[in-house]
Amino acid sequence: MQTVEDTKTCFPLFNEPEYQDLLAKKRELWEEMPSKDKVAETFAWTTTLEYQDLNFKREALTINPAKVCQPLGGALCGMGFEKTMVYIHGSQGCVAYFRTYFNRHFKEPIAYIADSMTEDAAVFGGQKNVHEGLQNATKLYGAKMIAVCTTCIAEVIGDDLGAFIGNARKEGYVDKDFPIPYANTPSFVGSHITGWDNMFEGIVSYFTAGVDEATGQATTKVPATPGSNGKINIVPGFETYLGNYRVIKRYMREMGVGYSFLCDPEEVLDTPANGEYEMYAGGTTIEEVVDAPNAITTFMLQPTSLEKSRKFVEGTWSHEVPKINIPMGVEWTDEFLMKVSEVTGKPIPESLLKERGRLVDMMTDSHAWLHGKKMAVFGDPDFLLGLVKVMLELGIEPTHILCNNSNKRWEKRMKALLESSPYGVHGKVYAGYDLWHMRSLCFTDKPDFIVGSTYGKTIQRDTLHKGPEFEVPLIRIGFPIFDRHHLHRMTTLGYEGGMYLVTTLTNAVLEQLDEKTKFMADTDYNFDIVR
Amino acid sequence: MAKLRQCAIYGKGGIGKSTTTQNLVAALAEAGKKVMIVGCDPKADSTRLILHAKMQNTVMQLAADAGSVEDLELEDVLQVGFKGVKCAESGGPEPGVGCAGRGVITAINFLEEEGAYEEDLDFVFYDVLGDVVCGGFAMPIREGKAQEIYIVVSGEMMAMYAANNISKGIVKYANSGGVRLAGLICNSRNTDREDELIEALAAKIGTQMIHFVPRHNVVQHAEIRRMTVIEYDPTHGQADQYRELARKIVENKKFIIPNPLEMEELEELLMEFGIMEVEDEKIVGKTAAELAA
Repeated sequence: MQTVEDTKTCFPLFNEPEYQDLLAKKRELWEEMPSKDKVAETFAWTTTLEYQDLNFKREALTINPAKVCQPLGGALCGMGFEKTMVYIHGSQGCVAYFRTYFNRHFKEPIAYIADSMTEDAAVFGGQKNVHEGLQNATKLYGAKMIAVCTTCIAEVIGDDLGAFIGNARKEGYVDKDFPIPYANTPSFVGSHITGWDNMFEGIVSYFTAGVDEATGQATTKVPATPGSNGKINIVPGFETYLGNYRVIKRYMREMGVGYSFLCDPEEVLDTPANGEYEMYAGGTTIEEVVDAPNAITTFMLQPTSLEKSRKFVEGTWSHEVPKINIPMGVEWTDEFLMKVSEVTGKPIPESLLKERGRLVDMMTDSHAWLHGKKMAVFGDPDFLLGLVKVMLELGIEPTHILCNNSNKRWEKRMKALLESSPYGVHGKVYAGYDLWHMRSLCFTDKPDFIVGSTYGKTIQRDTLHKGPEFEVPLIRIGFPIFDRHHLHRMTTLGYEGGMYLVTTLTNAVLEQLDEKTKFMADTDYNFDIVR
Repeated sequence: MAKLRQCAIYGKGGIGKSTTTQNLVAALAEAGKKVMIVGCDPKADSTRLILHAKMQNTVMQLAADAGSVEDLELEDVLQVGFKGVKCAESGGPEPGVGCAGRGVITAINFLEEEGAYEEDLDFVFYDVLGDVVCGGFAMPIREGKAQEIYIVVSGEMMAMYAANNISKGIVKYANSGGVRLAGLICNSRNTDREDELIEALAAKIGTQMIHFVPRHNVVQHAEIRRMTVIEYDPTHGQADQYRELARKIVENKKFIIPNPLEMEELEELLMEFGIMEVEDEKIVGKTAAELAA
């Protein structure tokens, strides 16, 4: 019974007899539920090797995907630019989903607009929506730039976004010079990382791409000289850890390296509560984008996920994009910083050497607890490469490495990475598989932990349901994290990111140990004060 | 390397687009040009005469077999035929299911991403299904793709209607981008004063009849052997016709934004040439009995 004096939330409330009776009756009268035995039997079957074999033969169905769709990535990219409104040409339901998705992860308001295509737009094409939408958007939201991407409906009917925007200018719906870069982001191709890549290419090509009149070859819009502005460009890719923007900026400051973060949503995704709603905050300026071809070079922090952007930067800006790995863990952060030092001529300062030393110290302190721990991991391609690298450096054995939105190049790199360390020998790479596959793997070849987004928690519940000894606890590192607060503000890149990862992984192991040893006069002989 | 010219061929279904395109391409290849044909039709018969066989490995077919277009490699879908002509077919679903238009978009995106256009090429020809029925079939004329459009037409009424409709479609894209109508190719059906009629139509639209291809049985004879005339009987006069068309296209400089005709205008033209009867307004809506009375 709910009373004002003792207001209960969902969990204890629905456990009270009145609700339990109600739910039991509902099941009995209306739900036609199979018998408890049958449910238990089926559950048990889904935990077997036999079921796993069938599960891996699945062709036409994805269950619990570990990826999101292209426009979500396009939208994150768009909001990383100064006073930029993300405009999505397509269905409003899709866009509501993108807003909600980021709300839940960042706990921030997310302003995206949609031009709400309906049945008539699907039949006649969405040009009218684009025209009126752009007209409204440029008037209402005080934006300096509108970044347009698409949902499935516009893509299936073949809407020509470039032509629509061009016509909107010609017919006076928007000013001729108002910046409206765009990207086609069909949801049924690739994933959020592809969408980010496409939108980034759309934005930088809008401001900087031109054609050499004489040769017909791609070049910059205005003549550029790589190196002339003395800075480096940093392209984060689909990056949701806000600390990662901050740590890279700090490193550049400490090194005295001038930089342009090309796409920087760090401010807008972390606005202060001071009574004022800020629709826009921070972000890469248009001036920085225009000037970007003059940088010494461009660092892609997620090298396997930014294929299109890399091609553009190499082809149009004539930058030699450094071949680096995502800067996670000791070695790959070293590699990144040394590369930055090499191209800029700035030495790595004492402060970073000290930070590195501190991380190494932390790793040796925790090593005894992490050594030989088996962990399954899932997430985005570059993040996984980095995380597995960190695990190998720590002596953790990654077992099932599952990437839903990978490609063949990633698979090769991951296998090569595993071969580089004795801790990698048991690692198996699952490219293109989903979390229902991961569930099977966690039953048939149990790891000690599973590391990934919030969506791993049903695997923890299911494995526990089989029995406490089968439980695979989830460690939340990745995207999205909906069910824990503020983790998006943490850092996974650089030495600082290494510290966060060591802390999180070690403490997860220790908490799990406490869970198992907290029983008085039973297992508490190891319920220690000092770990 | 000369600048790549991308051309799209449109026209009413059954007018002979694919046959004309392939003979034209064969003539260009014979003259030493490096050409690629991209078939944008689920029937996938745009490259049959160049390859001597219906292309089996269309982009969409292979994508369906592999599970996803992301799993394909460029060499899987590109075949080389007569005189080094590169051939690709978008393919598409069975009639009555799925979305063929999206198939065209997917296929062209794939070819672009895999760098099919980066190779040493002088011409790319898109052979596009019948009418431009949806956005997908307009993919070849989006910004950055085909800049020249040729419409295959004959002196038949419906073919001319279609040509005019296609011109309307082109206007939409021409106003926002660089795509231009480059001419009408008359594929003769031996109707009366056909050349004059198409010349007149072209003049009204603001373009040119780039070439009048006479009708000849040898085209069918070659086609039965799955060959172009250029290959089957290079000494035949018909082959010279296609060579002439090819030469005119190479030298073509007349690229315009079309000025499509209003329906009345088009009908007037047809009446003028006796293709359409002058309408007797008095009989409209009258039954046989009423007319007899």
